[in-house]
Amino acid sequence: MYDIRELYQQLIIDHSKNPKNFTVLKDANRSAEGDNPLCGDKVTIYLKLEDDVIRDISFQGSGCAISKASTSIMTTRLKGKTVEEFQTFFNIFHQMVTTGKTDSIVLGKLAALSGVHQYPVRVKCATLAWHTVKNALEDGAKKIATTE
Amino acid sequence: MQLNFTWVCYNRKRLKTVKNSVKNKSNFIDVEKVRRDFPLLMNHYNGKPIAFLDNAATTQKPQVVLDKLNEFYTQYNANVHRAIYSIGEKATQEYEDARKKVANFINAPDPSTIVFTRGATEAINLVAYAWGRHNLSPGDEILITEMEHHSNIIPWQLAVKDTGATLRYIPLHLPVDGTLDLHSLEVNLTNRTKLVAIVHQSNVFGTINPVKKIIKAAQSVGALVLLDSAQSVPHSKVDVQALDCDFLVFSGHKMMGPSGVGVLYAKETLLNSMEPFMGGGEMISTVSMDYSTWNDIPWKFEAGTPNIAQAIGLGAAVDYLNELNMESIHAYEKELMNYASDMLKNMPRVTIYGNAPKRGAIIIFNVEGIHPHDLAQILDQDGIAVRAGHHCAQPIMERLNVAATTRASFYVYNTKDEIDRLGEGIEKAINLLC
Repeated sequence: MYDIRELYQQLIIDHSKNPKNFTVLKDANRSAEGDNPLCGDKVTIYLKLEDDVIRDISFQGSGCAISKASTSIMTTRLKGKTVEEFQTFFNIFHQMVTTGKTDSIVLGKLAALSGVHQYPVRVKCATLAWHTVKNALEDGAKKIATTE
Repeated sequence: MQLNFTWVCYNRKRLKTVKNSVKNKSNFIDVEKVRRDFPLLMNHYNGKPIAFLDNAATTQKPQVVLDKLNEFYTQYNANVHRAIYSIGEKATQEYEDARKKVANFINAPDPSTIVFTRGATEAINLVAYAWGRHNLSPGDEILITEMEHHSNIIPWQLAVKDTGATLRYIPLHLPVDGTLDLHSLEVNLTNRTKLVAIVHQSNVFGTINPVKKIIKAAQSVGALVLLDSAQSVPHSKVDVQALDCDFLVFSGHKMMGPSGVGVLYAKETLLNSMEPFMGGGEMISTVSMDYSTWNDIPWKFEAGTPNIAQAIGLGAAVDYLNELNMESIHAYEKELMNYASDMLKNMPRVTIYGNAPKRGAIIIFNVEGIHPHDLAQILDQDGIAVRAGHHCAQPIMERLNVAATTRASFYVYNTKDEIDRLGEGIEKAINLLC
């Protein structure tokens, strides 16, 4: 039997209760809204992008513990990273939450979300913010909705 | 020592079983006996016996329904209304018998007023197309409510788009208490109103709407009334003639029947005057290259090979419900609802939404600091199945100003012990996440 505490690890609970970078970024030059209509999760991502480097990142919104924690940990991981590095993280993270295959060296604290792959309906909670960042990087401010 | 320990464990377990059976006792229903009719309820999930508390979404099936499906497929699987051989005749007879059973169940005047559909959703769509597209024009109005399931909103949004008619809403009473603002009925109901389509029992609040009063008011302006009875027919005695509604829809799977079958009841004159919904075999009388004529009702609305097995299975579910007695089911569910409502009311952090004076066994709530999806996930670990989300009723969530809620909905096979387990699960989630 899969223990629910594997999904709700202390790190995830901490981030969902006290999310990091949970603010409106005043000097953001990119932002995008993400929406998961099925559960009502909503997130707005703010980015300060300079020369293909994510100088700063923050978010606002509401959602379940998984989506909030995933967003919060993601923001701590992406600060200072290039767009290309984001793409790599995105792919590895996506693979982890869908298959359970973890590259913990690259992902760091994000590896705490590997339990999500045991709960297919929760994958969209974990990936909403990631899709939203991708969208903000690609074409600015289009509203997106995850369907996976 | 070991022996003693085992003895203590055994006795504790026995004591708990005895305590539960006393607690679960009801004057209306022998629930332990009922539960034994449902094979799925005997299973364990995540190592725990399942507490299925999502009966507003769908319901479990008694052995008699499963046996009936098996009987059809193993003994007389054939197409209906065509075969000139004995198993085909048997299939036709069983299919039409199921229609009679359903007609009797809701006191329809004649089996020909019962159309089998894929579900309540298809039944509403049938009316929106076969009646709506031919009877609505600019200036006409359809009146629905803010309490509707999406299945009683979208078909009308599509219908007004095609016909130029207008869609109006009876609002929820504010502040939201789970009832409708019926004072607005007078304002909204005019001689422009052609149809009032309204939910009989809310799938969110459990509210049983005063439909008889609404039907009378609608009739006074010459409007037709469609009742979405998907949540009422499975749980209480519904009499279409006493209600005098024009259309009434419900789903088989929400009343212990198989998925894939639903029912449209409509007054005979309406069915006769309506155009077909879908074209194909079965629904025709004669077909030539240039034109065709339609079959009699109800077959005019059952194009193609119908859901034969499912309809026959629904007939078996109706027999089973009749045997339990709808009044007893309703009374027992009221007991369960009072028990659940008392428990949740006394739990810290829990907010219950809706408090209508007349309501079925559905309760929605939120736990402060816990998203419904996290709560449902944690409850699932203990074998407790509840619904988390917007319950296909986003306008209500908008009025409540919440993104989602948790819903527990009960049926005749649920027990007070399962409600206790729900309470313990909520406490566990609070300890874990708050």
